[in-house]
Amino acid sequence: MTHHHHYQDDHDHSHLSDIELRVRALESILIEKGYVDPAAIDALVETYEVKVGPRNGARVVAKAWADPAYREWLRQDATAAIASLGFIGRQGEHMVAVENTPDEHNMVVCTLCSCYPWPVLGLPPVWYKSAPYRSRAVLDPRGVLAEFGVSLPETTRIRVWDSTAEIRYLVVPMRPKGTEGMSEEALADLVTRDSMIGTGLARRPEEVAR
Amino acid sequence: MSRHEEIARAAAEIAPIPRGEDGEPVFREPWEAQAFAMTLALYERSLFTWSEWAQALSGAIKRAQAAGDCDDGSTYYRHWLAAIEALVSEKGIASEQALAERRGAWDRAAHATPHGQPILLKNDPLR
Repeated sequence: MTHHHHYQDDHDHSHLSDIELRVRALESILIEKGYVDPAAIDALVETYEVKVGPRNGARVVAKAWADPAYREWLRQDATAAIASLGFIGRQGEHMVAVENTPDEHNMVVCTLCSCYPWPVLGLPPVWYKSAPYRSRAVLDPRGVLAEFGVSLPETTRIRVWDSTAEIRYLVVPMRPKGTEGMSEEALADLVTRDSMIGTGLARRPEEVAR
Repeated sequence: MSRHEEIARAAAEIAPIPRGEDGEPVFREPWEAQAFAMTLALYERSLFTWSEWAQALSGAIKRAQAAGDCDDGSTYYRHWLAAIEALVSEKGIASEQALAERRGAWDRAAHATPHGQPILLKNDPLR
């Protein structure tokens, strides 16, 4: 029953893995003693955050655009469809893909815990972890989008998804116009990390310098 | 030259850091990047030399291999973290005991934090 208890526990409370505990313990002591500056660590991590996983998520999205059967699978069982490409989370997170349409735009928020689908999106951006983003994304999603340079028609409904310990969301952005006949690989180049969080749109082919 | 190249070169003699197609370091999980960034920050403050770092990393890898590490690259930054822990203990910055106590504090803090809230050390009920 230990496992069951643990699972229940995670419903209400946060949990850090052994390795996260080690990193936090070390980092907090180094910060307290003045050996490292938390802002400097964040800034350094930020330079690497786009280098990791977003390419994985981009491949998922590009495949969904190009392959209707895969798209359907992603709708029905995103965890399995994503795992089929080899992107599997450490904790076996349950993934849900939410698709943008002309009528509905999806945006994902979470907080400082580890609720971020990093196997597909890489390291969470610093702004994503910030308290203002989370609270404002819920209260004023259109305003937040505007700050990211995204303006949607008034008729487009914005849905904000709050990740939980069990469910991580992946936004499938709309396929840009003028991309008919493009290869999956070329399509993946149009898919940015922000477009999969919902704070951006996929790039148009002419925006991508090749 | 990027800031990280010097320390990456020190590690390269022991075990090269994982790199992506563009040659930049890649991390599979957020904590890996944090461990990497902490090492770089300590190194830039001259708390250890590159040869001390290489030695610490080599020691951490040997200990892990002796303990049956799978050695397929997936545990790379675990060795890296073990190496910094050993170094800060050696240098008198944080003892093994201080690190262990602090892990306990974070664990209690996490359990006392409702899901969705930031986990802060002050949430530890024993603090």
